[in-house]
Amino acid sequence: MGLTKNSTGIKASDTNFNIKNVGAKKIIAIAGNPNVGKSTVFNSLTGMRQHTGNWPGKTVTNAQGLCKSKNKSYLMVDIPGTYSLSARSAEEEVARDYICFGNPDAVVVVCDATCLERNLNLVLQITEITSNVIVCINLMDEAERRGVDIKIPELSKRLGVPVIGTVARKKKSLAPLLKAIDEITSAKEIFPLRVRYCPEIEKAISIIEPVIRKKTEGKINSRWLSLKFLEHETGLIEKTEKILSISFSDDATIISSLESAYSFLDEQGISREKLEEEIAETFVRSAEDICDGVVVFDENTYNIRDRKADRILTSKWAGYPVMLLLLVLVFWLTLTGANYPSQLISGLLFRVQDFFTLCLRNIGAPEWVNGVFVLGAYRVLAWVVSVMLPPMAIFFPLFTLLEDLGYLPRVAYNLDKPFRRCNACGKQALTMCMGFGCNAAGIVGCRIIDSPRERLLAVLTNSFVPCNGRFPVLIAVLTMFFVGTAGGITSSLLSSVLLTIVILVGIGATFGITFLLSKTILKGVPSSFTLELPPYRMPQIGKVIVRSIFDRTLFVLGRAVAVAIPAGIIIWIMANVRAGDISLLNYCAQVLDPFANLMGIDGVILIAFILGFPANEIVIPIIIMAYTAQGTILELDSIVQMKDLFINNGWTWITAINVMLFCLMHWPCSTTLLTVKKETGSWKWTALAAVIPTIVGVCACMVFTFIAKLFIV
Amino acid sequence: MEHEISLSDLSVDESAKIDHLLIYGSMRRRLTDIGFVKDTKIKCVGKSPCGDPSAFLVRGAIIAIREEDGKKIIVRRV
Repeated sequence: MGLTKNSTGIKASDTNFNIKNVGAKKIIAIAGNPNVGKSTVFNSLTGMRQHTGNWPGKTVTNAQGLCKSKNKSYLMVDIPGTYSLSARSAEEEVARDYICFGNPDAVVVVCDATCLERNLNLVLQITEITSNVIVCINLMDEAERRGVDIKIPELSKRLGVPVIGTVARKKKSLAPLLKAIDEITSAKEIFPLRVRYCPEIEKAISIIEPVIRKKTEGKINSRWLSLKFLEHETGLIEKTEKILSISFSDDATIISSLESAYSFLDEQGISREKLEEEIAETFVRSAEDICDGVVVFDENTYNIRDRKADRILTSKWAGYPVMLLLLVLVFWLTLTGANYPSQLISGLLFRVQDFFTLCLRNIGAPEWVNGVFVLGAYRVLAWVVSVMLPPMAIFFPLFTLLEDLGYLPRVAYNLDKPFRRCNACGKQALTMCMGFGCNAAGIVGCRIIDSPRERLLAVLTNSFVPCNGRFPVLIAVLTMFFVGTAGGITSSLLSSVLLTIVILVGIGATFGITFLLSKTILKGVPSSFTLELPPYRMPQIGKVIVRSIFDRTLFVLGRAVAVAIPAGIIIWIMANVRAGDISLLNYCAQVLDPFANLMGIDGVILIAFILGFPANEIVIPIIIMAYTAQGTILELDSIVQMKDLFINNGWTWITAINVMLFCLMHWPCSTTLLTVKKETGSWKWTALAAVIPTIVGVCACMVFTFIAKLFIV
Repeated sequence: MEHEISLSDLSVDESAKIDHLLIYGSMRRRLTDIGFVKDTKIKCVGKSPCGDPSAFLVRGAIIAIREEDGKKIIVRRV
């Protein structure tokens, strides 16, 4: 999942702190708790298609887009969702730093109307830093359905900032928000409510605030920064020094007033821990006071349907079977639905190929032109399009539906204990699910895991779930060798069950390797964890379909095509340039043959996987090209002919299983590896991310081949 | 009389009020941030298929917490 231009591929991990601002537009930051619809607000305002989904932690980097009101235009910056600004995790730090140092002209804090009190905690922390705050209470329709009543004017009075109720899915409801942004950025003075701490803390702040204010010259909120000094937030203070290019540590007045503030707190018996707790509690209690009488709901009927759904979806007897059934169902719908369109498209595209060849012959073009461009580039392209497009156009919307519904956090909840047995974290299940769409996106998503050790575990094992680039390979091989192409309900059901089994092998490997890693190079015990289970939301089916097809499907396809065309040319050349009486491709294949044979495959397959490093989508076309270059020219417009070709080249069901095993477990594609490098900042982990699945895959193939041959011979 | 137990002792559908936390460090701050402070009402709304973690309703949100962490959250029955 998580597949848009900005969330897949190499751009996936860009944390742009330096927002590009052409034409000095006013900058509006969009902040909020995780999973309150920030990205939906952002998309509606900017007309962009930032990926959305019903689970916390989906946005892990700053995204930006343009937004126009009646007479102004703004640069909107979508910052990661956080519960607080205390910066204990990567995305919290990104959020806090942006609000502190990004100098936005206004901050829109998006809140969940169904859970307003907790959201106000963040609002209060933000108004502590900056005055230009607008509170946008999103999901008003949801709240209404749940019988939550919010008195917005009174809330606005209490908070001292504009409060706008919205339903971000409906663009119209955002008009008042735009109006508020217009007003707040045209120098309208705002005096937001600032929380007051207990007298001792207030006194300590008053000791250091004047000197800090003098030093920072109003470039940063001095009361807030004083508080951070009291909390010993060294990381933030160092950052402030760097960005404002000042130094606190060599200023004698600051040091002496800090010392007197610390000793005052000591005398009052307020330790560092106590202070931190007082501060956090003050926010929670203030939020509680503000909501008192403003937010009204009946506790007994609230959320009742969600609880009923959870009783089934996370129950002892149905929790795991439902997960499994959903997996089978998604695959079944994908395979059945994709079957016919796939044949149609490939029939069409291959007829076009003949037409091209005919044209080239008629104009008297040399044979190699036909070879390079038609048999090379075009044929690989046609294969990629006809095999990938239909399943993706079905798989992505289905997955997006589950995602929007809010089911994925339940998967993490159900799988937490198994993951903990492997000394990892249940949130790894979420990153694993993202890996189904794109492993690079899954690896960026690992930022939602707080503990660095557990995050690395998730990063290193992410490629054990097949991404959409590898699904076509699995599906093609499964269909050819295990299901048959007869069609019908039984065969499609059988292939989805088999595919699910293959996926389960991958998931099993994820668990096994996670366990092994946690016992060897990433030793440690599981850290604590909290996971929010968001309310179920009715997905906007129409929108989901349109968005998935235009955004994810076409984008991923575009990437595959971009790789397929040059790859097709290179491979055709390799298959047809001869050294002596053997082609370059087959020469390489022969070199690899002895090793590949140990794995129960042949050198051609192995070289196809090696050449498929930029994108796994092209593995099968390479195999086909290598085989056909050996002389047998085939019209490969059906999967039956493809099977014949493979069998003529010595494939058996053992080869087929090994190809699937190796497809599931080998080095991740180049994009994924570059993302690992970006995320871990280390070549060592990047190398491990490639080596681990490769070793597992090679071993699995060898063991399987060995056992299979024992039984057959 | 009010009886002190841990959050993990609550069975499904039982409610309690938070008394104090025996968790320290960043997890403590995280819990405080999402509203785990003294006298907050908390209700166990379900357990995951393995019996752990459990889900709790706190200040309008459902939060999953593991048993070993829940043991360090001291609550009073109401």
